[in-house]
Amino acid sequence: MTLRQPSILAVMSIPPATNQAQGPAIHVQGLEKSYKELRVLRGVDFDVARGSIFALLGSNGAGKTTVVKILSTLLKADAGTASVNGFDVATQPADVRESISLTGQFAAVDEILSGRENLVLVARLRHLKNPGTIADDLLERFSLTEAGARKVSTYSGGMRRRLDIAMSLIGNPPVIFLDEPTTGLDPQARIEVWQAVKELAEGGTTVLLTTQYLDEAEQLADRIAILHEGRIIVNGTLAKLKQLLPPAKVEYVEKQPTLEDVFLTLVGAGGKDGDADKGSHDHKTTSNKK
Amino acid sequence: MATHFLGDTAVLLGRSLRHITRSVDTIITTTITPIAMMLLFVYVLGGAIDTGSVSYVNYLLPGILLITIASGIAYTALRLFLDMKGGIFERFQSMPIARSSVLWAHVLTSLVANAISLVVVVLVALLMGFRSGAGVLAWLAVAGILILFTLALTWIAVIPGLTAKSVDGAGGFAYPLIFLPFISSAFVPTDTMPGPVRAFADNQPVTSIVNAVRALFAQQPVGTDIWTALAWCVGILIVAYIFANNAYRRRIS
Ligand SMILES: Nc1ncnc2c1ncn2[C@@H]1O[C@H](COP(=O)(O)OP(=O)(O)OP(=O)(O)O)[C@@H](O)[C@H]1O
Ligand SMILES: [Mg+2]
Repeated sequence: MTLRQPSILAVMSIPPATNQAQGPAIHVQGLEKSYKELRVLRGVDFDVARGSIFALLGSNGAGKTTVVKILSTLLKADAGTASVNGFDVATQPADVRESISLTGQFAAVDEILSGRENLVLVARLRHLKNPGTIADDLLERFSLTEAGARKVSTYSGGMRRRLDIAMSLIGNPPVIFLDEPTTGLDPQARIEVWQAVKELAEGGTTVLLTTQYLDEAEQLADRIAILHEGRIIVNGTLAKLKQLLPPAKVEYVEKQPTLEDVFLTLVGAGGKDGDADKGSHDHKTTSNKK
Repeated sequence: MATHFLGDTAVLLGRSLRHITRSVDTIITTTITPIAMMLLFVYVLGGAIDTGSVSYVNYLLPGILLITIASGIAYTALRLFLDMKGGIFERFQSMPIARSSVLWAHVLTSLVANAISLVVVVLVALLMGFRSGAGVLAWLAVAGILILFTLALTWIAVIPGLTAKSVDGAGGFAYPLIFLPFISSAFVPTDTMPGPVRAFADNQPVTSIVNAVRALFAQQPVGTDIWTALAWCVGILIVAYIFANNAYRRRIS
């Protein structure tokens, strides 16, 4: 992975103070936010350890996107503190921006540019050398090489999402926010995104992702927190969360394949690199689920 | 972050210029209304308008140029609005780039797009018989006034671009600007207008700008018109710039 090299910029911008290298990657305490009368966040607390994957679960309107926007300096909290990579989001927003990358809930891509041009644009704006090489590497990694020269407005929803995530990986920021990264993706594209997220964490990147899919949190997250009525009501490892339920009982059931198993068998799962430009490419470009 | 301002603005300018070269139709629609007006007035209505010894197309062109700019900046507002809505704006805001670069890239793009439209309109006017003996300096002065006017209107356009709730809202603000030249010396000399209308026409910005440009084209002394014109342009520019930046700060905080 050429992109695993540490970002020179990120390193330069972080003062050699030790408190930034230690401590949690994300620290949130007493966060509150209201939209007029609507009290969305009413005292949110959580920490995310460096290099871990943290999943924020919550139903529609729980405030997940609001948390992500505050952490990525797009929105100001009404009360409480939040720091990312040791930098306070309210008082050191420029340093926070050097440390993060955001994949918002809705794909933030330039429709008029090609996929490759989108990637080059972000690489230039992150002041990196060889933006063209970075773009080509990412196109390949996300099975978009063939579509790279095409206008993004001709992409399917899934392709757009993969491009969106690829744009967020440029520059290897130490912390990445993914707001519902797999909503609208087909099962195979989901697995590809999961794989990419796991690789990021293995490389030391801290990932905060929000999701409504419990299986996604189960698959990926080191810790899971549930946001409900403005607060984190549980926060722990999957094993710990499972203990909250009555103890497991043994039952004998015939294991039927799930529809997902059938789907993946039929369309050929696991063809992440090789056949992406062949068979699987076709279904990805045609399935454009909402 | 200030060190990145120029570089970031250049990268983002490159991006929006691509938008223009890939949607040439926006240039065409920008120029179609002013060209149609020019045809209508020169070949249909102009014969009835007394502009003295000046040919009507020579008389008309300065006003048409301002109308071109007024319809061109509607696209500036639209492009900005679409960026805000599409989420790419939030991506830029969450990245370590100079914050004002995003706005300046749109402003400079507006200058380039309007310059192209203006050249197209002047070429059509030349085909229709527009002639000027103006020298290089006079042409430069005309270009300078038009650039200032474009900048002033562009910063006005930034405000709806940032605050509009719908596409129509983002583009619609330009209509009054397009019609302002009709109540000025752009199409007919103001001395035929009834008192109150004439008072308005004589004292609104378009008249002084049109008169100054017309005098420059005709190699006549520009008198005080050019200073009034510059004062209007700079004044509008400063006020619009302040409001636009307030709107921007509210948007990104
Ligand atoms: N700009 C805004 N103005 C007013 N209300 C808002 C605004 N943004 C969000 N809200 C409201 O705040 C609440 C939380 O929104 P948020 O987008 O954070 O939820 P979410 O957990 O991300 O939901 P979803 O799963 O649907 O994406 C919702 O009720 C939403 O309507
Ligand atoms: Mg959301």
